[in-house]
Amino acid sequence: MKLNEMPQHDSSSYGGHKKLLYVTTDDGRYTPGQSSGWDTEAFATNLAVQTLQQQAEQAYQQWQQGLLSPLPFLMYQARLDEAGLSQISGFWRWRIRRHFKPGRYRRLSVQILQRYSDALAVPLAQLQAYQQSA
Amino acid sequence: MTFIHHQSAHCESGVMSSLLTNAGFAISEPMVFGLSSALAFAYLPIVKLNGMPLIAYRMPPKHIINTLNKRLGLAIQSQRFGSAEAGQQALDQALAKQQAVGLQTSVFWLPYFPSEMRFHFNAHNLLVYGKAQDNYLISDPVFEDVVQCDAAALTKARFARGALAPKGLMYTLGKTPAEPNWPQLIRQSIKATSRILDGLPLPWIGVRGILHLANKIAKLDPAAVKYNRLYLTHIVRMQEEIGTGGAGFRFMYASFLQEAADKLNEPLLHTAANDMTAIGDGWRGFASQLVQYCKARQTNTDFAPLAASLRTLAAQERQLMQQLAIWSKTRS
Repeated sequence: MKLNEMPQHDSSSYGGHKKLLYVTTDDGRYTPGQSSGWDTEAFATNLAVQTLQQQAEQAYQQWQQGLLSPLPFLMYQARLDEAGLSQISGFWRWRIRRHFKPGRYRRLSVQILQRYSDALAVPLAQLQAYQQSA
Repeated sequence: MTFIHHQSAHCESGVMSSLLTNAGFAISEPMVFGLSSALAFAYLPIVKLNGMPLIAYRMPPKHIINTLNKRLGLAIQSQRFGSAEAGQQALDQALAKQQAVGLQTSVFWLPYFPSEMRFHFNAHNLLVYGKAQDNYLISDPVFEDVVQCDAAALTKARFARGALAPKGLMYTLGKTPAEPNWPQLIRQSIKATSRILDGLPLPWIGVRGILHLANKIAKLDPAAVKYNRLYLTHIVRMQEEIGTGGAGFRFMYASFLQEAADKLNEPLLHTAANDMTAIGDGWRGFASQLVQYCKARQTNTDFAPLAASLRTLAAQERQLMQQLAIWSKTRS
């Protein structure tokens, strides 16, 4: 890729930063160059982010309807799936799935909530408050 | 400590380039990447990322540090820790000795990352070069400038759990290398890369891995529109966004080949650098093609052109690797 052909598409996922790429000058010599984004990459990123957002929204609705505990919503918000949450929290997946049930969630101990608090970066008090309303 | 920050394309090669350059042994990021034979391709269906197979365009985390350590004789001191307190203490002690310290961290817990970039990836690398009150002074290779991070957040990032958990890993340079034997070192590293890309009897690694991915694409079920879009854009993300480097690290490797050609005054490596640049452009073209396909949506269910592009890239990489393998066996 040539330096003057390097895309500068201001991708939102770069958060205003620029990435360094190795590109060539007109005589074929390599030089570092800074790019603010590339539409092709942005499309792929946005699709992945949208998918996570849809999952989070759906989980939020189901939480509000009393079908799920708040954990699935918080999990998607932290950009995790069940496998990822399992690795980070150290809980088996079947246990996590049980904690997704509102009734189970209300009875969770402080120790277990603390582990979710660490894994999801949500304050413990907030998780406890959800126990009252869930 | 006076520390000069350099922005890099990739965290691990950037950390090593910065660490060595600041210690008085000037070495570019592409040179680090090439000398540690970090270029690769791997399709790993067992490792799942949000339900998608891991597709890697470079060797796994820690490969660059370990290989460079061996090849240049850097006597790198690395430590992991059982407790966060011990980890922070050791970091403070190293900084007190005016040493720049490399750390493996999670990306998710680093507050200076824009939220759009924060995801659960545990094998990020950065350098700490000082401390001001409760803030660590950080040279994060993928950022334009130096940044700061409070002690609590940095500790959290160092001791994040999950896949590739860093366990507080920190490393410092043991010694600055003497002038290495460049002809021998460059041949050795290129030979290793040619083996990784085109010499392993594993269907998921190297050129065979690229062909494997081509077959996977060719066999996608046209009815599963949603999955196909996610799958194809996942390939683009693995190639461009995750691990960065751009064009699956092919441009960085081309830059290394060019630098090596200059160093050894070797015309064949110049040609190889140009070929690798063309291959990198090919990978970018492939990414555009995938996204075009996804944008077109329902009408197009013919995956053959996508697979064909990938097979062309595989053939080009194989040919180039064969040339480099022959060259690397010539006497220096």
